[in-house]
Amino acid sequence: MAIDRSHIGVVSEPREIDVEKGQLRFFAKATGEINPVYFDEEAARAAGHPTIPAPPTFLFSLQLGAPAKRGDIFDPENGIGVDVRRILHGEQRFTYHRPIYAGDRMTLTTTTTDIYDKKGGALEFITQKTQGVNAAGQLCVEMQVVTVVRNG
Amino acid sequence: MVSPVQYVDTAALAVGDRLPDHAMGPLNRGTLALFAGASNDHVPLHIDSDFAKAAGMPDVFGHGMLSMAYLAQMITHWVPQERLRTWNVRFMAITPLYATVICRGEVTEIFTDNGERLARLSIGSWIDDATQTLGGEAIIALD
Repeated sequence: MAIDRSHIGVVSEPREIDVEKGQLRFFAKATGEINPVYFDEEAARAAGHPTIPAPPTFLFSLQLGAPAKRGDIFDPENGIGVDVRRILHGEQRFTYHRPIYAGDRMTLTTTTTDIYDKKGGALEFITQKTQGVNAAGQLCVEMQVVTVVRNG
Repeated sequence: MVSPVQYVDTAALAVGDRLPDHAMGPLNRGTLALFAGASNDHVPLHIDSDFAKAAGMPDVFGHGMLSMAYLAQMITHWVPQERLRTWNVRFMAITPLYATVICRGEVTEIFTDNGERLARLSIGSWIDDATQTLGGEAIIALD
């Protein structure tokens, strides 16, 4: 089943999500982090941070915590409606402008920038870009996700 | 407190220099369950064996973003995170249950962009039997 190319260019509604210190500590624990900057406020301050910073991949988790309605990969009503059993994560890119910290309230906006296929449609690729902007209106992190959909 | 993390002297970096290998795991069901919760990734392929098998997989398997988080640790244990400008990976193979993830990186280029001295790193992760699972590049600032 070919994905409707009219999803290309769809921009999500902006979503707000709080960066919770407890979740950053949980993320550090779950990944076996040994660098105390990521779980100990004193160590974070000693390293020049105001508080615990979000680790490099954390915008991906924020996006999962505040999924878009418009343009969502899985949502069949407002988004693309892909079956979760058919997807693979194909590629992931992050670009950094300024740090995200515990206590920040981030606003995320996601754009579907491309949909294309390979192998005669057996594999389809959905490219989405998400920007994370802090409460001061500063762009902090951008990411690009390529999701692979297996047809057949 | 003595930090367990000792950053590299970036002034002396040269093409061919390798980052210290970063090995994590083996991944067990608990690792995947905790990462699912901590990372907001509740896709059942990683935490529900019945669901994974019904989807044609042998069992639950590791999140691609868990391996990417381990790659991030390799980089941020080598230079402070503020040095990381951009990076990308392709997910090349699934990380099965009980795998140990081994992250490796190497400096491939030192260059200047917009007056900023940067290094390009080739990075990747492998599992025990030498299958490459992630591969990509990172750009870090040297000054």
